[in-house]
Amino acid sequence: MTTPQALSNASSAAAVSGRRPDAQAIDPARDDVVVAVRDVHYGIPTRAIFKGLDIQARKGRITAIMGPSGTGKTTLLRLITGQIAPSQGNVVVWGQDLSTLDREGIYALRKRMGMLFQNGALLTDLDVFENVAFPLREHTDLPEPLIRTLVLTKLHAVGLRGAAYLMPGELSGGMSRRVALARAIVMDPEILIYDEPFVGLDPISLGVILRLIRQMNEGLGITSIVVSHDVQELATIAHDSYLMSGGKVVASGTPKELAASGLEVVKQFMTGSDDGPVPFHYPAPDYRQELLGGDE
Amino acid sequence: MIIGGLRKLGQVTLFLGSLLAQCGPALARPRLVVHQIYNAGARSLIIIMLSGLFVGMVLALTGIDLLARFGSEDVLGVAAALGLLKELGPVVTALLFAGRAGTSLTSEIGLMRATDQLTAMEMMAVNPMRYVAAPRFLGGIIAMPLLVAIFDIVGLFGAQLVGVQQMKVNAGTFWSQMQGAVHLDDVVEGIIKSLSFGFACTLIAVYEGYNASPTAEGVGLATTRTVVASAVLTLIIDYLLTAAFL
Repeated sequence: MTTPQALSNASSAAAVSGRRPDAQAIDPARDDVVVAVRDVHYGIPTRAIFKGLDIQARKGRITAIMGPSGTGKTTLLRLITGQIAPSQGNVVVWGQDLSTLDREGIYALRKRMGMLFQNGALLTDLDVFENVAFPLREHTDLPEPLIRTLVLTKLHAVGLRGAAYLMPGELSGGMSRRVALARAIVMDPEILIYDEPFVGLDPISLGVILRLIRQMNEGLGITSIVVSHDVQELATIAHDSYLMSGGKVVASGTPKELAASGLEVVKQFMTGSDDGPVPFHYPAPDYRQELLGGDE
Repeated sequence: MIIGGLRKLGQVTLFLGSLLAQCGPALARPRLVVHQIYNAGARSLIIIMLSGLFVGMVLALTGIDLLARFGSEDVLGVAAALGLLKELGPVVTALLFAGRAGTSLTSEIGLMRATDQLTAMEMMAVNPMRYVAAPRFLGGIIAMPLLVAIFDIVGLFGAQLVGVQQMKVNAGTFWSQMQGAVHLDDVVEGIIKSLSFGFACTLIAVYEGYNASPTAEGVGLATTRTVVASAVLTLIIDYLLTAAFL
């Protein structure tokens, strides 16, 4: 039973994190947590990207990860998929710490995941059909008629059955992403990861991708992790949201809760202000001093 | 510079190790390898044949000028055959291969890296070393001796065109002298050289493409490094093998 004191404590914590008391707290012990990023630190030689990052994605839900450009959203996906390893902390997928797995172990996990890349990343020497069939040919011994049926089914789901024999170079950006989505779901993954799925799309293509993400989640029960900075689009589909800045999660909750947050960094991101806690100017010496110094 | 060179040598050796480990699985899918033999070999045929023809013709012209000074025009066929089989065939083919197929391999793999295709394969639990690098490596090694053989044949045709048709060396003498003086050892030397050059040039091309920075500039630099390193390494290996076969 929740006591008034507990509610008060939760309220205080939420005020700090930008979350409402009713939002789900990060709790790695929950049995529906599919992906858990715990106290992850990661850096490149020139700077630290993550300084204690905590994120979790729960089964059957759409988790949005938002943040300004350069905040490490794509790097986070690379950590979750085991392409890179954190310098501190751990990434746990389906209860398995990725740092304890060898290449074969990572590959076994990836067979249960699908990933949609920002640019589609279609294999340019294969046509659309063969791109979608690629994982099936690599990982199964299915007979050709069954592969054909599966591929056409997935292409039909993304509305591109008629484009099956086009080459990737003949597709628009939106079509490429839909083919990549068909390829990502052809092995019936349990997790689908989307890296900036809305970038550069016209409103129609964007609407199609949004609808497909929702359909994958609702129809197939796939756990989805969407990395993007398109706040308005994500607000319509995400169940849980995280806002990253400065190498940490600065707020979490539903998109509506983030929009109602009082934190300056959250407000700046949600309203698109050009200056604030995330500065407009890259760190530089004093403007006046530099201009005058140039004359001398 | 020495430490940098040793580091690079170590990286190439490790890359070669993982490449060789994937050659078995790649051979189990002959379709991929055959496709790469076509890409590296068949698509280089025109430049190889054209170059072979003119190299053979120049060899005959310079050869007959030199041999005429000693009254030995009759051995023109032998000089052309040995020159082509043991030296010019493998070396010139390797240099042309590096310029045509090597650059193509590097830029293709480099662009696959830049457009996330290799990462996409990794994400689909497919090892790009097995699917991309190993078939291209094997394709290059197999294509090179075949290209050298074609270069040699067309080169000999060019040599007889100038020597026999133009300079009026007796055709019977040209061919019979060649038949008598060229031994199996000479042919084997050419085959070993062509295999060695194919190994070195393809390894460099695949390594540079696989490790190219994923930018336009990175792919361009990797392509340049492929041509320069392949040419230099071909000439060094040629010297070592020639000395070994003496």
